[in-house]
Amino acid sequence: MKTFKMGGVHPEENKISNDAAIQVIPVGAQMVVLMNQHLGAPATPVVQKGDKVKVGQLIGEAQAFMCANVHSPVSGTVAKVEPVKDAFGLLKPAVHITVEGDEWMETIDRTPDIKRECTLEPAAVVAKLKEMGIVGLGGATFPAHIKYSVPEGKKAEYLIINAAECEPYLTSDYRVMMEHAEEICIGISILRKALGVPNAYVGIESNKPQAIARMQEVARQFEGIVIEPLKVKYPQGAEKQLINAVTGRKVPSGKLPIDVGCVVSNVGTTFAVYEAIQKNKPLIENILTVTGKKLPTQHNCLVRIGTTFADIVKHTIGELPATTGKVISGGTMMGKAIVNLDAPTVKGNASVLVMDEGEARRAPETACIRCGKCMNACPMGLEPYLFSSLVKAGRTEEAQQSNILDCIECGCCFFSCPANKPLTDEIRLGKNRVRAMMAAKK
Amino acid sequence: MTQQILIAVLVLGAIGAFFAVVLYFVAQKFKVVEDPLIDEVADALPGANCGGCGKAGCRAFAEACVAQGNMDGLRCAPGGEPVATRIAELLGCTVEQGEPQVAVVRCNPSFCGEKRRANYDGLTSCAFAASVFVGESGCAFGCLGCGDCVAACQFDAIRMNPQTSTPEVDEAKCTACGACVKACPRRIIELRNKGRNNRRVYVSCVNKEKGAAARKTCDNACIGCSKCEKVCPVSAITIADSLSYIDFTKCIACRKCVTECPTQAIRDVNFPSPAKKAEPKPAPEALEAPKVEVPKAEPVAVPQAEPAKA
Repeated sequence: MKTFKMGGVHPEENKISNDAAIQVIPVGAQMVVLMNQHLGAPATPVVQKGDKVKVGQLIGEAQAFMCANVHSPVSGTVAKVEPVKDAFGLLKPAVHITVEGDEWMETIDRTPDIKRECTLEPAAVVAKLKEMGIVGLGGATFPAHIKYSVPEGKKAEYLIINAAECEPYLTSDYRVMMEHAEEICIGISILRKALGVPNAYVGIESNKPQAIARMQEVARQFEGIVIEPLKVKYPQGAEKQLINAVTGRKVPSGKLPIDVGCVVSNVGTTFAVYEAIQKNKPLIENILTVTGKKLPTQHNCLVRIGTTFADIVKHTIGELPATTGKVISGGTMMGKAIVNLDAPTVKGNASVLVMDEGEARRAPETACIRCGKCMNACPMGLEPYLFSSLVKAGRTEEAQQSNILDCIECGCCFFSCPANKPLTDEIRLGKNRVRAMMAAKK
Repeated sequence: MTQQILIAVLVLGAIGAFFAVVLYFVAQKFKVVEDPLIDEVADALPGANCGGCGKAGCRAFAEACVAQGNMDGLRCAPGGEPVATRIAELLGCTVEQGEPQVAVVRCNPSFCGEKRRANYDGLTSCAFAASVFVGESGCAFGCLGCGDCVAACQFDAIRMNPQTSTPEVDEAKCTACGACVKACPRRIIELRNKGRNNRRVYVSCVNKEKGAAARKTCDNACIGCSKCEKVCPVSAITIADSLSYIDFTKCIACRKCVTECPTQAIRDVNFPSPAKKAEPKPAPEALEAPKVEVPKAEPVAVPQAEPAKA
C-alpha cells in the first residue's frame, strides 16, 4: 500500500463515532453568520438590519481576490450587522439573523433525486463555485474557485481527492463517503472535467475498509475515478504528503501543488461541489463529528453554518460532562481548543471533540535531550528542535533560512517529543515573526 | 657554534625588522581614527544595552551623540538626569531633560486567577497566545499574562503578580526604556510621566468595545460613559472608541475622575489616602428627590413639584 516517504507518526486512531449516521441538528432561534469563514479577506455584508432573507440568499459578497461568498443558512430577518466573538473569543464581522420559518431560495433543488448529467463548461463550473461560496473543507478553507482556476502556463495532470481523514477521532468524511458516495463521485467527475485531467485518485486510509469498498463499488459506474487505499500514517491528509503518497512527486519548498501538476480537493468539498453545481445549493451546511472518549454517545451531524457549538452539544450529547477539560474544534493533532462555546460554527469546522481533564492536560516540559525524534517525525524534513532554539533566541532570519515557513504545523514533532516541548507552538510563533519580518522588508 | 648563533640571530632579526617596517606602513594605511570622546561617552552610559534609545546598544548611542555633537532627540532613559548631564559636559552642550517617566500597565482584569475564563497551557509567550485566542481573561484587548514584558525587561523592574496574572512595575527599578512597551502584543503598557511625588492617575483599561460589551467582558473595563470627561476641570480626558484616555501632560491629579468612574477603571497610585466621594451637592439632590417621589400614575404632579423647588 502506498504512503508518503518522509516522517509521519501514528497516533491512536480513536474513530469511535464511525457507526453514528449523520443526524440533522435543528435550527436555532437566532443565527450568527461570520463574514470570514475562509482563508483571505472577509466578505462584505450586502444586507442591512431589517432585510428579509431566504435560505441560500447571498449575504456576504467576495470583493477581494482571496475571498468567498457567504450565504444565509436560514430564512428570517436580519437583526443586526455587528462583530461577534468567534470560537477563540476574537471579534469578527458577522450578520445576525432572527430565524422565521424555513423558506428556501426557489433556485435551489431540494428534491432527493441524484442528478448525474452536467453540461457546464469548465469556466462556468469555476464561476458557479465562486457564486456558491465553496471553500476547501479539509481545514484550510481555501476558496475553491481560486484552486480550480489553473494559472496560465501550468497544467493539471492529477486530481487527487483527499479522503484520508488521518486526524484521530474525526469521522465526518467517512460518514459522507458511506452515505453520499454517488454524489461524491458526480462531484469528482465535474471537477475532473473542469480541470481536463484523465483520472482522479481518491486516497483513503486503510483503516476505513468499508468506505474503500463502498467508493470502489460506486466508482465503477464512473469514468476515470481510481480509489487508492493508503497505509495509515499521519499526516496523510496534508496536501503535500497526499501528493507524495499517490503520485510519488514532491512539491518543492515554497511551491504550490499545481507546480507539480496536482490539484488536491477534500472529499467533503466534492460533495459540496455536487450540491452547488447540480442542485444550486450554496455552502450553508457543515457535517461535524461530536465525539470524545468519555461521552455516553457519539454523533455525526449535519448543521446549518451559524449554529452555535453550544446548540450542537445540546442537541447531541445534552450537556458537557462535568469533568470536561477542553472542547476542541478539529482533531487532536491540529485542532484548536474552543474558548467560546456560544460562537457560531463556520465553513470547515469538522468536529466538536470533548476531552476530559486528564486527556486535555499537557505534560510538563523538560529539557531537550537531542534525541532527534522530532526530525524523524517531521513529514517536511525540517529540524523542529533547531527552530525551537532559534525562536527562543529571536534569530528570525536564520529560522527563515532554515525554511521554517515550510512547516505545515501538523504537530508530529510535538507528538513525538519525549521532553514534551511545545515545538509546534514555537514554530508557529517563529513563522509569525518571519512573516512580520518579510512584510516589514517590503 | 658562535657563528651559527650569530647567523640565526641576524637572520631572525632581519626578518623581524622587515615585518616591523611592513606592519608600520600597513597600520598607517588602514588606520581607523576614532574620536576618543566616544569611549568616554560610552563609559558614562549605564551599559545595559537595553535599546530603549532606539539604537543598537550603548556604544551606538555614544557614537550618535558624538557624531551629532549635541543630545537633541537622543535620550538615555535608564541613565536619567545624571548621565545626561555627564554626557552634556563631555560634549560641551546643554541638555533639556524631559519629565521622568515610568511604565504603566493599563489593564486590571476582573476575570483572572481563580476566576479566569479559560485555562491556557500552550507556549508561554504572549505573542503566540495572541495569535491563538482571546486570552484567559476573555478580553480581546487586555493582558495575556504570559510575561513577554517580564522577559524583555533588562532591569528586573517588571514582575508577574501570580494572583492576577498581570504584570506589576517596580517604580524604583523602572527606567522607562520602553522595552516592555514594544514587547507587549496587546500594547497595554504605556510610558507616563511619574508625576509630582510619584502620584499618578490613569485609565487602567484599553478595551475599545462598546459599553455593554466591555462590561460583559470585564468588571473593571472602561465603558466610555464620559463621566470622567465631564468632571475633569482641565480637559485632560478624551474619549475615543468607547475608551477614556487621560493626557498625563495636562492631568493635575485632582482625582475627581477616580471617584466619578462607575467601573473603577481609573486608578490612582501613591496617594496617601483613598479618593473621597465628592461632597453631595444639595441642589441636584433636591431636584432628583421629587422626581422619584412622584407616582408614575400621576404625571400631573411634576409641574407642581417644580415651582416649589424654584
